[in-house]
Amino acid sequence: MNFADLSQHLAQWQKSPGQFSDVVISSRVRLARNLAGMSFLSRCSDRQVREISERLRTVLTGGALGEGAFYVDIAEADPLESQLLVERHLISRQHAEGNGPRGVAFTPDETVAVMVNEEDHLRMQVLAGDLQLEKCYERICQLDEKLEEHLTFAFSSRFGYLTACPTNVGTALRVSVMLHLPALKMTGQIEKVLRSARDMHLAVRGLYGEGTEAIGDLFQVSNQTTLGKSEEQIVSDFREQIVPGIIDYERSARAALLENRRAALEDRVCRAQAVMKSARLISSEEVLYLISQLRLGLSLNIISDITVETLNKLSLLTQPAHLQMHLGRSMSPSERGEARAELIREKLGEK
Amino acid sequence: MKFECEKCQHEATVHLTEIINGQKIERHLCEQCAADEGITIKAQLPISKVIEELMLQSSAEKEFSDLRCNVCGISFLEFRRGGLLGCPNDYEAFEHVLVGLLERSHEGNSCHVGKVPINAAEGQRVQNELLRLRGQLAEAVGREDYEEAAALRDRVRYLSDGLHEEPK
Repeated sequence: MNFADLSQHLAQWQKSPGQFSDVVISSRVRLARNLAGMSFLSRCSDRQVREISERLRTVLTGGALGEGAFYVDIAEADPLESQLLVERHLISRQHAEGNGPRGVAFTPDETVAVMVNEEDHLRMQVLAGDLQLEKCYERICQLDEKLEEHLTFAFSSRFGYLTACPTNVGTALRVSVMLHLPALKMTGQIEKVLRSARDMHLAVRGLYGEGTEAIGDLFQVSNQTTLGKSEEQIVSDFREQIVPGIIDYERSARAALLENRRAALEDRVCRAQAVMKSARLISSEEVLYLISQLRLGLSLNIISDITVETLNKLSLLTQPAHLQMHLGRSMSPSERGEARAELIREKLGEK
Repeated sequence: MKFECEKCQHEATVHLTEIINGQKIERHLCEQCAADEGITIKAQLPISKVIEELMLQSSAEKEFSDLRCNVCGISFLEFRRGGLLGCPNDYEAFEHVLVGLLERSHEGNSCHVGKVPINAAEGQRVQNELLRLRGQLAEAVGREDYEEAAALRDRVRYLSDGLHEEPK
């Protein structure tokens, strides 16, 4: 697999906007599994960890993910390459920074990715743009069954699929959506959403998952409860109740802003566009902040000379590892600031 | 009252109070340094906290502290410190303590009602035996009984190949 090539393109799932794309950036489902008859990773000997990683690599590259699947040995990868995979949501930050034999297998379209030896022996995920949780679940279920043809997973009839951390046990299913909530943030209503999310046993995190901040008004909402509900129930609660509730709330906050503070909103969006087109030095956080304004402006028809795909592209390709990989050299933060600003102007057709 | 991060002088936004060996230790960190130390800020109570609370509520703390899994060797206290279990058998070994903990993290539930693996019945029988054999193997290697270790290794390999097949 060619990292430089990867660093220049959006994943397929980021390209096609759908019915809820004004608020929902992406959907993701994840299953955790451990091999039966083996200890969890923290109690495995080095030899066992290697054995697990080799066994899983063989299965994952032997057809379980279909033709042309990639496998990256994270222990051998360059830090910049691992960081690129984090920015593309193919691995977690913990996995990039972990120790010992570990890796990730993923399909060429990057919709399916399986981390080997992260917190559990296997962490598989399916990603999709827009709100497509059922489709993601269906796909991950097929993968789970395919893997079961070759592997036996640790399971108990009482507790379900057994995981290293008891907070994941049972279905070991994590359903999450990445939401863009600028209007709720601007009007201060986001706190209410976060509080009620907590009451509904949901976790709210930032762009890169656990322990990350919500930059660019992006919030990742996921279920905490994995035991005592069926997989279908978890998915449908999310799809039918939780997410539509938040979407409606954000949409009405946007409508109210447009009605009551139109000039201020237009000013904000157009200023963001001006900065994007003319900045000479820019950080990746600022890019995400500005893109948030543009995304909002686009969804409210304040601007129309840019597409969601371009915005998705800009938010990904301007991330530190993508930028350095794209330009083929490692750079200091200030060099990156300059290169980033140049790349943005180029993509927006400015000089 | 504002605190400076004890590592880098930025404003501390993460405030920790830890009780180690009965001593209260207060720490103040900025988000980045806290993340570097592996401290994550979650909406949910961290698992160690849940376990802690559970232990405090219980009058049988002594009993918990003696719990140990005879397969992977992890003690309940080690699990409490790290938040991660050592092997699938821990769910059985620590069952009566874990149930309360699971109920707190899963809206009062402690029983799985979801999907079941296709080969569940067979898998369960073999997986428990494998776990035991691996424990014995480590012990045999530890006391340098290589003959015993070789026999155990063969048995482990045989059972393990039955559970996890190479793709054809």
